[in-house]
Amino acid sequence: MSSTDVVITGIGIVSSLGLGTDAHWQALQGSPAPKLDRERFAPYVIHPLPEIDWSVQIPRRGDQRQMETWQRLGTYTAGLALDDAGLKGDEELCATMDMIVAAGGGERDTAVDQAILDASLARNDHGVLLNEKLTTELRPTLFLAQLSNLLAGNISIVHKVTGSSRTFMGEDGAGVAAIETAAARIRAGQSTHCLVGAAFQTEHPDMLLAYELAAYLQRGEWSPVWQRREELGGGIITGSGAAFLVLESREHAEKRGRKAYAAIGPILSGRARREGSGLKDALGEMLDVLAGRAAPALAISGASGAHAATRAEKAALDAYGNMAVRGFNTVTGHLKEAQFPFAVALAALAIHNAKAYPPFDAENERPLEDAPKAVLATSVGYHCYEGMGLIVEA
Amino acid sequence: MSYTDKFGRPLVAVTGMGVVTSLGQGKRDNWAALTGGRSGIRSIKRFPVDHLATTIAGLVDFLPESEQGATALTLALAELAAEEAIDESGLSLSNFGGPLFLAAPPVELDWRNRLALYARSERSGDWRSLIETARKTANRAYFDEGQFANIANRLADKYGTRGLPVTLSTACASGATAIQLGIEAIRRGECDRALAIGADGSATAEALIRFSLLSALSTQNERPEKASKPFSKDRDGFVLAEGSAALVLEPLESARSRGAKVLAIMRGCGEKADDFHRTRSKPDGSPAAGAVRAALADAGMAEEEVAYINAHGTSTPENDKMEHLSLSTVFGERMRTIPISSNKSMIGHTLSAAGAVEAVFSIMTMREGVIPPTINYDNPDPAIDLDVVPNVKREADVPTVLSNSFGFGGQNTCLVMAREPG
Repeated sequence: MSSTDVVITGIGIVSSLGLGTDAHWQALQGSPAPKLDRERFAPYVIHPLPEIDWSVQIPRRGDQRQMETWQRLGTYTAGLALDDAGLKGDEELCATMDMIVAAGGGERDTAVDQAILDASLARNDHGVLLNEKLTTELRPTLFLAQLSNLLAGNISIVHKVTGSSRTFMGEDGAGVAAIETAAARIRAGQSTHCLVGAAFQTEHPDMLLAYELAAYLQRGEWSPVWQRREELGGGIITGSGAAFLVLESREHAEKRGRKAYAAIGPILSGRARREGSGLKDALGEMLDVLAGRAAPALAISGASGAHAATRAEKAALDAYGNMAVRGFNTVTGHLKEAQFPFAVALAALAIHNAKAYPPFDAENERPLEDAPKAVLATSVGYHCYEGMGLIVEA
Repeated sequence: MSYTDKFGRPLVAVTGMGVVTSLGQGKRDNWAALTGGRSGIRSIKRFPVDHLATTIAGLVDFLPESEQGATALTLALAELAAEEAIDESGLSLSNFGGPLFLAAPPVELDWRNRLALYARSERSGDWRSLIETARKTANRAYFDEGQFANIANRLADKYGTRGLPVTLSTACASGATAIQLGIEAIRRGECDRALAIGADGSATAEALIRFSLLSALSTQNERPEKASKPFSKDRDGFVLAEGSAALVLEPLESARSRGAKVLAIMRGCGEKADDFHRTRSKPDGSPAAGAVRAALADAGMAEEEVAYINAHGTSTPENDKMEHLSLSTVFGERMRTIPISSNKSMIGHTLSAAGAVEAVFSIMTMREGVIPPTINYDNPDPAIDLDVVPNVKREADVPTVLSNSFGFGGQNTCLVMAREPG
């Protein structure tokens, strides 16, 4: 135990299952059922956001109007984490708090874009058409709502987190790098407390388009993440959701008398070659290193359902026969940048409650009765980058 | 000789640098143009400018990728800068062996590809036909264009960088943040080299329109080379530009032990977020001042030790006023006599690349003993009393530089560099 151990003192999570840690813990007892929207984006099934009263965390209407759903979701969830850590409204500690957000881009204006697409069929001067439509129809605020670093910017404005603000981009891997970097900085004494997390809002055509440009989505029907079918497409079913964590050095948390959910142990990340058995071997090597530190009985897997990556991860995890695996995308859908933060959040809750989750997919996951002392959290990008870490008792 | 700073951390050396801007490719051409007071700002020819309020930019128009969209150009810019930097460092161009930190613009499917897909679709007047066609077309280049990890992934493949590459955005401070991440990784002892790149080839028509809608751009189109006029009274916005820079960072000790030429020392970095507004700074300039102070504290340097300031100096009414205020807050009366110049007067605002590009120019300023001027300084803003090194380069002994980077979303990052370990 060291004063610079990294402990988790606040968790904010949102998914189709509900708002906050309690709602998720409750929803995941028994045999958790996914909440799905099969119609709105058919043939794609998605896990939609639950109803959210944004005002709870974003009191000013003016702030809400400056954002679209993605930024609202992230700002709201960051507020949950700060509340949970007892830091909301603590001006002094928020002003010195670091922040790393993993982000993609925000929502484009679908009506404007569709109008341009339709008009393009009748004329050839597409460059002029773009200028004509975009100069007259784009709303200035929407540009800011699209900018990757403006989720962090809005968190600064709404919650006054201003020690620093960094945004990492790059799908699932950005979420891994965000937590890995935040933890490494705290461990090295470069930071004392840090807000880290991500949000993903899948309920927008462009968010589905980004996956389908390489045919990564499953179409037509829902199935658990370990049972995605090649004949239905690429295997990913997406969800809207977010996860933010407050990380602190042990010393910083103890000084202000905060109990931690769990501690962050070693985190490993990489960029394995995906050909052949490259990914499976790389994940196996990471597991060997981590299991050498503390054999985890439970794994919270951020497998996306993308066929190749998910097969490789399953094979690597199955090689550790004594580990119970929970593929949480079965119940949340794929949360992109938020995958790893969400996995770490669920792992920390299991440590905190001294209880494993029941299987999310009884055919592929076995029950675990013992209280987990160490939980593995993984995030293997559907296309590139992968990482995993150990979450342990604080 | 000490290889650690006064806090006992490893000193971070710069052993390789590369740069591309509208002024040219490579340090030599850029430096000649920059010290010659030449502007790279031109009328836009790459796309139609009908209906646009701003028709000028600092585009990199001399590469084969210049016409191939933001992703292809950003990648090409990053590669050219990386190659120059790694080559200068003497490290391996195919097995670099350290982490990559890339500052790059947010990506999305380019309009021309979106339109091409739609033309091939069933055109049902709804987004479904676009997605359906995208899936059936399965064009890998289109997919890559919309993946935020793609450019860094390609760079990592090519240069053999180690581990999961970080792609980041802190808006107009991104380039400085990439360097900061490299400095921090070396100080943590995680690596004995790091590659920090800032690259931005995203000056598309839509980018121009978006910044125009925020009233951020100069509309002085008649004489493009005169439009960017930081600290001038008649400044009216920044000029959108493209460019890239790369820096090889190493612990001073390993740089010396392998006999590498040390170009400069990265003494410190500091940041402070602003919670005032999405595009405007707190009126008292305190977050920018906080970032300057944090960088000096991190460098273990007193205010008096700063010999030159490489300004953020965008030429927007707001930035230049705020930058003057925040620097005056930190440096007091002495601010009137510290030379400060804005490279953006010549290259425009290279957005995600700016912090890295200007770090390279800052280091060249120290090494050459020549301060590049702030050009177009014909009508000084009387409210901004600064020595902006007006219009003509100046020879000077410059042992240390402070480089400022400020961005939308309350981003403020400052770097402190020195010629010698100190």
